[in-house]
Amino acid sequence: MGVQVVIPLPLRQYTERKDIVVAEGQTVEEVMRSLTAHYGDLRKHLYGEDGKLRSFVNIYRNDEDIRYLEREKTPVKENDVLNIVPSIAGGGCLSAIAQDDVQVPLPLRGIGMTATGVGGKE
Amino acid sequence: MAIELSLANWKQIEQHGADAYPNECCGMLLGKEEDSRKIILDILPLPNARDDSPRNRFLILPEDFVRGEREARSRGLEILGFYHSHPDHFAQPSEFDRQHAWPWYTYLILGVNGGVPGALTGWQLTEDRLQFLQEDLRVLGASPPAHRPEGQQ
Repeated sequence: MGVQVVIPLPLRQYTERKDIVVAEGQTVEEVMRSLTAHYGDLRKHLYGEDGKLRSFVNIYRNDEDIRYLEREKTPVKENDVLNIVPSIAGGGCLSAIAQDDVQVPLPLRGIGMTATGVGGKE
Repeated sequence: MAIELSLANWKQIEQHGADAYPNECCGMLLGKEEDSRKIILDILPLPNARDDSPRNRFLILPEDFVRGEREARSRGLEILGFYHSHPDHFAQPSEFDRQHAWPWYTYLILGVNGGVPGALTGWQLTEDRLQFLQEDLRVLGASPPAHRPEGQQ
C-alpha cells in the first residue's frame, strides 16, 4: 500500500484512465516523483522546465492545502490521499504586465474535500 | 474535437463578458462528451480572482474549481472546459493562456471590444503544450460566432 493520488480528469489520459493511482513515498515530493516516474507523460503538465511544480497545480493532503503545511516536503503516511486540484488561469495581451506568473492566494485553510471528493466521472 | 453550445449559453457568455468589461470574465463549461463531441449543457460563471490585474488576467481558484466540480457531478455532468473574455483584444489565446493551460479542456475565448461582445472561439492545448489548436465550435440555432471575421467584433 502507499498514498492514493487523485488524478484530475484532463490528466487521466496519461494514467491509463485511472482516477486514483497509488504511489510510494514519505513526502509529497517523493510521491509525486514516483507518480511521474511511472506515468512519464504526466510530468510536463505538472512540472515546468525548471523542475518546479507549475503554479496552477495545487496539491492537498487529505483536506489540507500543502502550502499550509510543509509544501512539497509535507510528510505523508500510508492511506493518505493527495488531491491534485487545478486552478485555471490565463488572459489577454494588454502587456502592462508582461510574463507574470500565477500566484494562487491561499484559501481559508481546507476546501472541504473528502478523500474521493475530486475528479469527475470517467 | 467539435464543441456544441446552445444559443442561450452563448448569449450568457456574451452577457458575462459585457458585464465584466473592462475586466475579464471567466467561468466553467459543463456538459457531456459523446461521440467525439463536447456538448456544453450549461455554463457556470465564476469570480475572477486576479484582483491585481483583472483587465488582462483571470484566475479561477482551486476552491471555486472544486465547487464547480461538485455542482457538475450533482447534475451528472462533467467539466468540459472554461471560458474567459479578452477585453479589447482578439478572441485568440495569448502566450499567457498557453503557459497556464491544461490539456483536454476546451478554452472558449470571447473578444469584447469597447464593452461589445465579439467573436467567440474554442481552443485546446496540444499534447506537447506548444500550441493551442482551434476547435470546431457549433452554436446550435445560430451562425457560429467563430466564423465572424476578427476585425468585425
